[in-house]
Amino acid sequence: MSDHHHHDHDHASEPGSPLAETDLRVRALESLLVEKGLVDPAALDVLIDTYETKVGPRNGARVVARAWVDPAYKTRLLADARSAVAELGYQGRGGEEIMALENTPKVHNLVVCTLCSCYPWPVLGLPPVWYKSAPYRSRAVLDPRGVLREFGLEVPDDVEVRVWDSTSEVRYLVLPERPEGTEGMSESALAELVTRDAMIGVARVKPPVQGGRR
Amino acid sequence: MNGVHDMGGMHGMGPIEREANEPVFHHDWERRVLALNLAAGALGAWNIDASRHARERMPPAQYLAASYYQKWLYGLELLLLEQGLLTREEVATGRARGRVSGGRVLRAADVEKALTKGRGFRLPDDVPPRFKVADRVVARNTQPTGHTRLPRYARGRRGVIDRDHGVFIFADANAMGLGPRPQHLYGVRFAARELWGPDASPRDAVYLDLWDDHLDPA
Repeated sequence: MSDHHHHDHDHASEPGSPLAETDLRVRALESLLVEKGLVDPAALDVLIDTYETKVGPRNGARVVARAWVDPAYKTRLLADARSAVAELGYQGRGGEEIMALENTPKVHNLVVCTLCSCYPWPVLGLPPVWYKSAPYRSRAVLDPRGVLREFGLEVPDDVEVRVWDSTSEVRYLVLPERPEGTEGMSESALAELVTRDAMIGVARVKPPVQGGRR
Repeated sequence: MNGVHDMGGMHGMGPIEREANEPVFHHDWERRVLALNLAAGALGAWNIDASRHARERMPPAQYLAASYYQKWLYGLELLLLEQGLLTREEVATGRARGRVSGGRVLRAADVEKALTKGRGFRLPDDVPPRFKVADRVVARNTQPTGHTRLPRYARGRRGVIDRDHGVFIFADANAMGLGPRPQHLYGVRFAARELWGPDASPRDAVYLDLWDDHLDPA
């Protein structure tokens, strides 16, 4: 088996620490599975490369920007997100079923998975640590406004907060509101404004900085 | 099962800690655990619901202390042992006793196709729905010891069918090796006050995806 993936030194894993033990356990498991003919080490490298460099929130940002500039696309996205997302080439594992949730001046959507960490992989990639953490999973359903405040987002009382607990294979993507002052911006410039957090529903998309990049 | 993984509504877990410019992986072994899970899952010896159930069976104190990929590692080892693909002796010694034949080993050349194709959870729509949009329902108050996608905080609570997603594999049965038990899956809206009492916002709601077997008419 190739060793080239192990060359980056992992300073957090001091010898004898729990993380160093985990590291050893994983290496032992990998060599066992390769030796038994159950996994192809070359396939592992392709899998890692896919999720580290190819699939990520830039995909979702392109979907959002397209929906902002193309009303027909937005209609398709809200009616059948799986097909609309596939139009841009994003599909498959962790997003076999997708629903898009539109934020409006009256409704704010927030996505969580209280039971595990379900997340729309083809459009957002792998979830950040906070999304998978106990503090977020426990409180997003109970106190969504408090959680949003923690993210710096104050939702007025007259706006309805909808929390989507991902309890099935249907995965949720928030379609954030297009910020003011972005009229005339190109689709690709708009995509640059869209953040992962806005597509989970814990942030708004901010208008471009004056004199900033277009 | 009523485990600590079923976290919705708990207090005391602390602040949400965010990391600016977070990398996809924090340690090399995390990359390996993700890839090993996907590659071993492709063998077809278990389904996604069984793998979730394996992670849920991590002892509670350990589960709360573990990182995400440590849970994935625990679940993977458990499934490999339970399916007889590895023995405890092999795990203890790190030495393989012979090769395993059969199974669909995921090859590098097939990874992209497999990921793009995804897995099929939706089934032919030939099962009649028990509910229709706008029906009032109550989530069953049950305490299954196996896997369930009905969180404790919604049990016994009343909601309204928001949409019918169609016919899907029933995760609760599938995880336990009881087959797909095809049935309708619904988006169900629960008012925040129904779930959390009068102090919750009168406007807010939580939406859960629940199957026919989770629901009764209200």
